[in-house]
Amino acid sequence: MSTAADDQFYREYILDHYKNPRNFGRLEHPDISHEEDNPLCGDVIGMDFKVTDGVIEDVRFHGRGCAISQASASLLTERLKGLPLAEARKIGKDDVLGELGIQISPARIKCALLSLKVLKVGAYGLAGEDEDDE
Amino acid sequence: MATAGRAQGAQIKSTRASRLDVAAIRKDFPILETGIAYLDSANTSQRPRQVTGAMMDYFEKFNSNIHRAAYRIAEEATERYEGTREKVRAFINAASTKEIIYTRGTTEAINLVAYSWGRKHIGSGDLIVLTILDHHSNIVPWQILAAANGATIEYVDIDERGELRLDQFHDLLKRSPKLVAFSQVSNALGTINPAGPMVAAAKAAGATVLVDGAQGAPHQGVDVQALGCDFYAFSGHKMLGPTGAGILYGRRELLEAMDPFMSGGDMIKTVRIEGTTYHDLPWKFEAGTQAIAEVIGLGAAVDYLEGLGMEAVRAHEREITEYAYEALSEIDGLTLYGPPPSRRAGVISFALAGIHPHDLATIADRDQVCLRAGHHCAMPLMTRLGVAATARASFYVYTQKDEVDRLVGSIKEALRIFA
Repeated sequence: MSTAADDQFYREYILDHYKNPRNFGRLEHPDISHEEDNPLCGDVIGMDFKVTDGVIEDVRFHGRGCAISQASASLLTERLKGLPLAEARKIGKDDVLGELGIQISPARIKCALLSLKVLKVGAYGLAGEDEDDE
Repeated sequence: MATAGRAQGAQIKSTRASRLDVAAIRKDFPILETGIAYLDSANTSQRPRQVTGAMMDYFEKFNSNIHRAAYRIAEEATERYEGTREKVRAFINAASTKEIIYTRGTTEAINLVAYSWGRKHIGSGDLIVLTILDHHSNIVPWQILAAANGATIEYVDIDERGELRLDQFHDLLKRSPKLVAFSQVSNALGTINPAGPMVAAAKAAGATVLVDGAQGAPHQGVDVQALGCDFYAFSGHKMLGPTGAGILYGRRELLEAMDPFMSGGDMIKTVRIEGTTYHDLPWKFEAGTQAIAEVIGLGAAVDYLEGLGMEAVRAHEREITEYAYEALSEIDGLTLYGPPPSRRAGVISFALAGIHPHDLATIADRDQVCLRAGHHCAMPLMTRLGVAATARASFYVYTQKDEVDRLVGSIKEALRIFA
């Protein structure tokens, strides 16, 4: 039953990020904490951010989901650590899909982009508040 | 007149209570020639040539609007459209075709009852009894009604086998609910609820009773008079018919007393500036131009199932379900949800340790195995089971054992990839 296609789909590093997710867990005193769910499957991803001087000093994610959503969240947190919020803002759909590096079918695209939605709704909200404070 | 809608072919594929000739049946479903193993019939079934043929006859030979034109093809369209009503009446053994309302499907049928009956009869402080097994379509309309009219909803729980807690059901009946609504068969677990005794007990308690037959009508059929329910809702597309055509059965005196749901053309007797009088049953509930081809297709689907015999349909599904249940039970790390195969319809929900149902469905898709993954429009049940989603295989008249074997192969492949 094995085909090249599914081995390609579930590439080794995606499975690695799924089984050993980076930055998985909670932060004790996050500056931002936000969750989103995927109404198609009921999966949830949440992220906690520690932001100092406009830079994402630390980030953790939690929740449950499929290999695609979990690996995508894990990869995103690796990229976000140490990144200025202004830079994080520029991360788009294509960056996230590019990082996964596999063909995502339309049915699974929401899984792949769930963590980006958490970032957008959560972190950009905080960036907005900062601007208000100034 | 064309006979493509008649199940003449199907009639030689079984005799009542005998075995289905699945190889012959599969020849009626061209989509199966693509090589898919279609294990998602609880979601929507496939349609045989007899159904699509009846619809094509309408489009190509007598396409026209019903109930109004005086020319010959419109008479034919009207005759075929109304002909489905008698086929459905006989299929569910309703007393009259006046009790057979065409809807888009189960969801619209339940919404019709919630709106036209519920708003009039459910008031402040009234109790509605539902079950944790119900599909969202039999939960959300009642939640909206309860919020609008100040009613309360209680949900009958399940036991560890995924079967309704009848002790709890009977306790709730002591509180004199106005409405009891439940599914004949659970779409997510396949649990066959004891609909007969439940309806009898609810009626004895003075409740109006709606049975969601979306998973019941296609797989075991129903006799609504014997069942004794007030309303029975089901969809054509889960019983070999097209999408967009479903049925609400309602007891005549209840329907007579109800106001229309949708209003406009075709549901009226006279419209004057001073006011409108409504059409007789069943047309009072059928406003606007209807899904004519789809209703004709539904009639052909009923013919097809009648040709097979519902006892033979049920017997076949039970055999496949027992086979699948046993095969899946042997897989390490696989959890099966719901009752034993003898007490369930052709639905098996399961989970694999460490593998999300969506990932399994994607891997199965690589093998052309169509498997459902998700919450199955039963989020309260998923919450009750403590899972976000399950994988679900479901079977019908065309399902054969080698398709179950292919599913087992995909599961083993997923276990290998995720090992």
